[in-house]
Amino acid sequence: MADIDRLEKVDGFKVVGTRPNRPDGVDKVTGRARFGADIHAPGMLIGKVLRSPHPHAKILSIDTTRALALSGVKAVLTSDDFGDVPAMHQATLHNVMAHNKALYEGHAIAAVAAVDVAIARKAIKLIDVEYEILPHVTDVDAAMAEDAPLLHEDNFTSGIDPKPSKPSNIATWSEFGHGNLDEGFSQADIILEREFTTEATHQGYIEPHACLATYSEDGNSEIWCTTQGHFLVRDTCAALLDIAVSRLRVTASEIGGGFGGKTVVYLEPLALALSRKAGRPVKMVMSRSEVFRSTGPTSSSSMRVKIGVRKDGRIIAADAHLNYQSGAFGGFIAMLGAMCAYACYSLENVRATANEVLTNRPMQASYRAPGAPIVNFAVESVIDELAVELELDPIEFRLMNAAKEGDRSSYGPVFDQIGLIQTLETARDHPHYQATLAKGQARGMAVGFWFNFGGLTSVSLNVNFDGTVTVSVGRPDIGGSRAAMCQMAAEELGIPYDNVRTIIADTSSLGFNDTTDGSRTTFANGLAIIRAARGAIRDMCARAAKTWDIPEEAVEWVDGCARPCGSNAGDFEPMCIAEIARKSPKTGGPIAGHHEVNAEGAGVSFAVHIADVKVDEETGRTDICRYTVVQDAGKAIHPAYVEGQYQGGAAQGIGWALNEGYVYGDDGIMQNPGFLDYRMPVCSDLPMIEAKIIEIPNKGHPYGVRGVGETSIVPPLATVANAICSATGVRMTQIPMAPPVLLKAIEKNNKQV
Amino acid sequence: MANIQVSTKINGDTYEFLCRPDETLLEVLRDRIGLTGSKEGCASGDCGACSVMLGDRVVSSCLVLGAEVEGQEVNTIEGMADGGNLHPLQRNFIKFAALQCGFCTPGFLVAAKALLDKNPDPTETEIRYWLAGNLCRCTGYDKIVRAVLHTAEEMRGQARG
Repeated sequence: MADIDRLEKVDGFKVVGTRPNRPDGVDKVTGRARFGADIHAPGMLIGKVLRSPHPHAKILSIDTTRALALSGVKAVLTSDDFGDVPAMHQATLHNVMAHNKALYEGHAIAAVAAVDVAIARKAIKLIDVEYEILPHVTDVDAAMAEDAPLLHEDNFTSGIDPKPSKPSNIATWSEFGHGNLDEGFSQADIILEREFTTEATHQGYIEPHACLATYSEDGNSEIWCTTQGHFLVRDTCAALLDIAVSRLRVTASEIGGGFGGKTVVYLEPLALALSRKAGRPVKMVMSRSEVFRSTGPTSSSSMRVKIGVRKDGRIIAADAHLNYQSGAFGGFIAMLGAMCAYACYSLENVRATANEVLTNRPMQASYRAPGAPIVNFAVESVIDELAVELELDPIEFRLMNAAKEGDRSSYGPVFDQIGLIQTLETARDHPHYQATLAKGQARGMAVGFWFNFGGLTSVSLNVNFDGTVTVSVGRPDIGGSRAAMCQMAAEELGIPYDNVRTIIADTSSLGFNDTTDGSRTTFANGLAIIRAARGAIRDMCARAAKTWDIPEEAVEWVDGCARPCGSNAGDFEPMCIAEIARKSPKTGGPIAGHHEVNAEGAGVSFAVHIADVKVDEETGRTDICRYTVVQDAGKAIHPAYVEGQYQGGAAQGIGWALNEGYVYGDDGIMQNPGFLDYRMPVCSDLPMIEAKIIEIPNKGHPYGVRGVGETSIVPPLATVANAICSATGVRMTQIPMAPPVLLKAIEKNNKQV
Repeated sequence: MANIQVSTKINGDTYEFLCRPDETLLEVLRDRIGLTGSKEGCASGDCGACSVMLGDRVVSSCLVLGAEVEGQEVNTIEGMADGGNLHPLQRNFIKFAALQCGFCTPGFLVAAKALLDKNPDPTETEIRYWLAGNLCRCTGYDKIVRAVLHTAEEMRGQARG
């Protein structure tokens, strides 16, 4: 009998760990796969959004008369079309459509639906808005100044006791740590204190936000959209439009990248509200400029880090203070940054504090390990400087202080089985780290941490009459996860990979599923699929037992077949899944398994990155010549896609380190809202990225899986900065380290020397 | 604005369509012909997701007007496979996991095929510079470059017979 709660690691994998072709591969190489904007509906209208040209302005009046009078315009939408919403949804509502005030350039003011895109574009220009322009602030430190313009007059910093007497732009304060810092620093032989800044970056998914919404006269509605979480879209839109959740069915399209940026709604509630007004389906697609000016990005920051060490290389105290700019609405990214700050280290005296700071910028959204890369740049830069001071190899220094099983983490919980030491040792012994540097090149490294998440999960697994299996999951597949789902179901059932098909079910077909974020999908879906498969196996064993007229306990499941366990149970030929399924109408009906869980036990993960760089001291340009990622996957279900996560995260981090960043003028307007001026890495910017998977099993998953998606973006900023320091002697404290910035720093350093 | 009548060949088939003078080839392909394999990532020629062949040139179809293709031949991702047989690049993109989200993939495949048609034995550097007009945010390009290198080798082997 299969025990569905059995959670031990299974040895002798047959499908897990192989690299089969992904099930959606052919659709995606032929152009057949349907993404957000690839759908049409009969009678469809096109929706467009009017956005604020001002970073901060009171909306005195909106006159839609001229727009509505334009032939072909079927509906115009403003904040007046939305009623009160529960407090938890208020920021979302006020972000998707400005109420009373425009809080950033690009903030939605109104929307139209018209018979074609040309008329819709014309119509938004015919909406007359009267603004009273207010002073604005886009810089994180300026926003905390005493006389800074306030975004929200009613914002009193939360997390401070007693409540502040005056409103400010600091939305939330948070603090983590343990021990006694003063005592720790008093024992230190060397104390370094440094300040750092980073600029905001965008997730940069190539597919702009897009959706098609249909509101029916009977109240039943449908949304098709590109999202990381269609259940979240459903529940949020239902709340914003005050409709019953059961009335709204959301189908996730194929998604052209998200990286955290598609974990919130922007267009979906507007399209649905326009459809409700117009009585016709409404399609909306953002331009790239809208994506930059109105969605994402991640925080910019200013940070202070102070670390004390003894001469023997032991870190004795560590402190950090982070100010994260969180856009026009508060968030939780600075808090995550504070939690991650020192998670790689075993520390007796540690503290990290953080402010979420409101500014006249787009509401920040999660970006791959949200908050972690920013603080990691600061902490790992100081660690690197300390290693130099102590004349220790940077990996050996980290090994001397590395967090291990049983340690109390800097953010609270005690670590279970973790793979940091093995990750560091693997990096140290790696041919890249051991290699002699090429002429003119220098090396840097850093280590990074991310939590990984589990969460609400519901899956269903159906055994078809021919013995093939269909798995329904509720989390969009961003990077090949359907392949991993098929592998885990095939492994558990003992059937070939090609006999399993995994689909992303719509919101009316499964229980609630948390969004594809937090590196949760392979961990939490996998856990549920394995248990669902075990449920189906138990049923199939029972059917065989019934057929053979022996006790259920006397049947076991081996290699896709039920068979008597031992000769005492009886002498029957194994009955395989296809036969059991074919006979199922006569043995009790269809065979299925399902599982619903709030998945806990997602294992944390660590990564070490190594970079060899070449800096052109005449131009300040940095070339990445060799790059290696070493990361703990727990268990790599589909190693090619695990490597892909490592490589993709590294590339994004390299872009963040060297080029990417929001540029604002004094006017508070983003100056580079396009791919030409917001420079993401292109193919010729990068070398091959070696991905080394190590596997320290996570006890919380039957096969040992840890999340792999996010950790890889954490170390690159510091890795590249540390390599640049080795190359030039210049310790950069500012991200991005774009050529003009680095050139200036090199010239300044040369003058001093 | 009066619509313009255009007659062209797309993936070997003859098409006639009407389009506005300001309508791009990408809009025509996606919204009038129904070929949504070419993607809009930027509409400014920076991302390459809308790459198609116009004659023997790779172009960003968001920077070409629909009216410009009168009398020309357009080839898109939808025409790359030979019936049910995938082009070796398509097959190897799947095999080498050269796509994650897959949104940029049609543009990469069109551009990579154009490279191999001109240069059957490209170096890694040549591949990287040829594909520098196509943005991919998921993969870090590693597996894309490997898939193209492998395909070139495989096709050279077949050509030698």
